[in-house]
Amino acid sequence: MEPFIKVENVSHVYPNGVTAISGVNLEITDGEIVAVLGSNGSGKTTLVKHFNGLLKPTLGKITINGMNTKKERIAKLSSQVGYVFQNPNHQTFLPTVKQELYYGCKNLKMPEDEMEKRVQKAIKLFELEDLLEANPFDLNSSKRKEIGMASIMAVSPKVIVLDEPTTGQDHKGCRRVLELVQMFQKHGHIVVLVTHDMQLIGELNCRVIIMNQSKKIADDRADIVFKNQRLMQTADLQPPQVTELANQLSYLNQGETYLTIDSIVEWFKNNRKPELKEDVELARY
Amino acid sequence: MSVEIAIDVKGLTFHYPDSEKPALKNISFSLKKGEILGIIGRTGAGKTSLAMCLNRLIPTMVDGEISGEIAIHGQDISSFSVAHLADTVGFVFEEPENQLSQMTIEEEIAFGMGNLGVPREEMLIRIKETLQQVGLTGFEKRSPLALSGGQQQRLAIASVLAMRPSILIMDEPTSMLDPRGKNEVYDVLNKIKSYGMTGIIIDHEVERIASYCDRILLLDDGEVKLFGTPKEVFSQISLLHSLEINAPQVTELAFKVREKAKLDAGCPITIEESVGIFNELIV
Repeated sequence: MEPFIKVENVSHVYPNGVTAISGVNLEITDGEIVAVLGSNGSGKTTLVKHFNGLLKPTLGKITINGMNTKKERIAKLSSQVGYVFQNPNHQTFLPTVKQELYYGCKNLKMPEDEMEKRVQKAIKLFELEDLLEANPFDLNSSKRKEIGMASIMAVSPKVIVLDEPTTGQDHKGCRRVLELVQMFQKHGHIVVLVTHDMQLIGELNCRVIIMNQSKKIADDRADIVFKNQRLMQTADLQPPQVTELANQLSYLNQGETYLTIDSIVEWFKNNRKPELKEDVELARY
Repeated sequence: MSVEIAIDVKGLTFHYPDSEKPALKNISFSLKKGEILGIIGRTGAGKTSLAMCLNRLIPTMVDGEISGEIAIHGQDISSFSVAHLADTVGFVFEEPENQLSQMTIEEEIAFGMGNLGVPREEMLIRIKETLQQVGLTGFEKRSPLALSGGQQQRLAIASVLAMRPSILIMDEPTSMLDPRGKNEVYDVLNKIKSYGMTGIIIDHEVERIASYCDRILLLDDGEVKLFGTPKEVFSQISLLHSLEINAPQVTELAFKVREKAKLDAGCPITIEESVGIFNELIV
């Protein structure tokens, strides 16, 4: 299968002379969830802003669905790649949720019936029926972020880029982001995440690209990357807390990386020694 | 000799104008000098409103109806002048950029002190001292905008520390930062104890809260649901879950191992503690 996104030897130098990314190669194909990780200033955001033509490569070439981003208009690229900003306030500016949901489709001059179909689908998937007349700025930050994602869903670009979707979110908000990422994938989207949230990546166990000092230094599944302690240190990354714990328990399967609470609980269920079988008294908790 | 109480809140209630229910309901707690308090709770629980009452941004800058008492080192803060409050309670916001305005780092730190009328020689001493406290010595002449996110947040903290507050409040100071930046900010928080300061931090990341704080206050719907040591708070896992709050991952794991595999893994709240417990679990 031809990759949907093809990044060939791409470097980006900002007008002030700072090289933000350097010599990056990668391909993203249909159905993938890809997380771009790395410390602040490593080049993550610069890289993904190339996917919808917000930035053009200084050197090298980016092809989106066969289109060279240097030669296409941003409007055409943004129908292929939607970008959900870290700060929902940078994205929402209309007086009602409903207008917000129609905005992207209207911008793309989509036929009326197609627009209606897509917006209705987004309303249903995000359960926004009761909020259509609300002002986005009267909603709390996690709901506002969801409106941003729903608006992108309405445009329905193949690729959805989520920049720090869980930042500042409470536990429930983070669980919701996880569900939405999985829902986007189920509906045939490619999801690109820029994030520091290692618990989210642990739950997804998706493909991980690590940026460090403007270069791509790793590109593999999360369970492989998180086990490579030297790589993690170089990139200043910490795996989820339970993965750190599992790394220090010699009795767990050494071949495996435990990314989630459930994966470790599962091990204990399967490996309880007979002499420990007497039930712990649960009542006192 | 009794331990000095740094913050004493009694029956604090606050209503935003036009809102039917109070944003804060009958909140009472006290904090000893040198303690670090972590405030947790879901979005909209009242965490920021509470922090804003403690430095009187509520009610001086935000309208509304406030009742109850807040005393800092035994004095009711409603009697404090704005200047006295500014050098008693320091406040650090989520986005450091909102707080930085000067051309160089030393000017940035001098700015707040200038407003308080600190003499020049004293300023120079404090600039040197606070840069050392937050680990930015040698950066004096650089532009605040040339710093990384973690460094900017540490600079914002330094500017506040230079005013020599006895209380430091930080509202989600690490949410924009990478893991290194987060550690840097928490390490500063840990250090201020040794200067005899009292700290308050609002954060969603319970793993860090659990290992750095002495006390945790769980707010929900404007009310205090739990107040105690990290262990006391995070062992109440069913209550936490009912309020859509999670405990640190290692705590969640221990409870799930007991529930699903019937093994007693206690109630660890930090990674170090959990390594000890889990290593004993299976011989």
